[in-house]
Amino acid sequence: MKKHFFGDTAVLTGRSLKHITRSMDTIITTAVIPIAFMLLFVFVFGGAIKHGSGSYVSYLLPGILLITVASGISYTAYRLFLDMQGGIFERFQSMPIARSSVLWAHVLTSLVANLVSVVVVVLVALLIGFRSGAGVLAWLAIAGIVVLFTLALTWIAVIPGLSAKSVDGASAFSYPLIFLPFISSAFVPTSTMPGPVRWFADYQPVTSIVNAIRDLVNQQPVGTDIWVALAWMVGILIVAYIFAQVIYRRRIS
Amino acid sequence: MTANQTQDAAIHVQGLTKSYKKVDVLRGVDFDVARGSIFALLGSNGAGKTTIVSILSTLLKADGGTAGVNNFDVATRADNVRESISLTGQFAAVDEILSGRENLILVAKLRHLSDAATIADDLLKRFALTDAAARKVATYSGGMRRRLDIAMSLIGNPPVIFLDEPTTGLDPQGRNEVWAAVKELAEHGTTVLLTTQYLDEAEELADRIAILHEGRIIVNGTLAELKKLLPPAKVEYVEKQPTLEDVFFAIVGDSSVSKNEK
Repeated sequence: MKKHFFGDTAVLTGRSLKHITRSMDTIITTAVIPIAFMLLFVFVFGGAIKHGSGSYVSYLLPGILLITVASGISYTAYRLFLDMQGGIFERFQSMPIARSSVLWAHVLTSLVANLVSVVVVVLVALLIGFRSGAGVLAWLAIAGIVVLFTLALTWIAVIPGLSAKSVDGASAFSYPLIFLPFISSAFVPTSTMPGPVRWFADYQPVTSIVNAIRDLVNQQPVGTDIWVALAWMVGILIVAYIFAQVIYRRRIS
Repeated sequence: MTANQTQDAAIHVQGLTKSYKKVDVLRGVDFDVARGSIFALLGSNGAGKTTIVSILSTLLKADGGTAGVNNFDVATRADNVRESISLTGQFAAVDEILSGRENLILVAKLRHLSDAATIADDLLKRFALTDAAARKVATYSGGMRRRLDIAMSLIGNPPVIFLDEPTTGLDPQGRNEVWAAVKELAEHGTTVLLTTQYLDEAEELADRIAILHEGRIIVNGTLAELKKLLPPAKVEYVEKQPTLEDVFFAIVGDSSVSKNEK
């Protein structure tokens, strides 16, 4: 069966990508909320926020990108949940295909869909004045961070997608993930926060990821933030992947 | 049944047991299905029909007993079993967002067949779905959906097909369409294991009928054999009223039935 893994994954990924292109609303709604936050913060609250030098859009964008991914992965859980509910999942499992390709197809589709949403959000940011002089390498590094972040969150999304009892349950898990950037350095410098909140903000994963992307965008030296960010993302990815695999094995045996 | 016949059976089930928590769903199920025949597993809701189908199609592990499909053990040769079967589950296993044709091509590709498009077009024609081929399955009627579902199961000509309650939830026309499709399968030499809670469905389609009750097969035989179990027929004169179904078809006209009977 191993020899079919890539072929089967490609066929099944093609299938779920068709789902996305036929309901573009999922990509649009994924991008709408972060774009709304971005406009709200840039044009309403931004003037009152002391964030240091540079434009506030550039300061804000890294956090907005993370929110985009966090809201996008709820559709990953939703699509997986719908497959599990309908008979199609059982049909796939009773066919001579590489069994893990069913999950990988959803993961790759999630990656593609989220990257499209991220690009849409960046384009809107450019329209409202985001500019960066970062070079190709810096942008590649940013793309790498966004891909890794999406993969980590996608494997988290696979868990409720496989185990939820209702559609609401399958997508509700993403709300705290969307909220997490608000208690981080994404919108305001953490130095303005009171003690315990600041401590939480400084040590939760979003702050290091946001700081790493922000330094890359603003052509600043990235310092240790990028290593802390990578450690968080790889760690979350591995733990979520293991949990998801355990649940998947249980579902298909 | 002689040993020779048993060895050649398309499906061989012996002493199959399965419990969910403390509920014993299957308590030692035995039956064989001869190659190229239609075998109906008859039972009420919760009798364990779907559990048997799930075990035979490698979706579920049995607690005890053995089950073989196409001479491959479902527990140890699951990959070979999956090559030999197709499952049409209780809920139509079709992709609603794709078109009928795309559904067929998807399955053909997953069965690693070349020329997926030709296979899809042939099946669309065979199941009278050519006109709806490009439409999203979400717009299909229940009968069309089931027909597509069965067409998807035929791709790659698996020797054994499982149909789990294929007509549940269908209107009489949809049911007749599915019955015609199942009969055609058997004519092509496919072995069909069918589960149903409708007695008339088993009577209409099956070469052999087994009644599953409280986790055991309590009767297994041909329709004629089953009828012998009843007290001898007595002759009574009853005025034959048309059934509501007769009335329904007389009014709306039933193309699939009249086609079959010609």
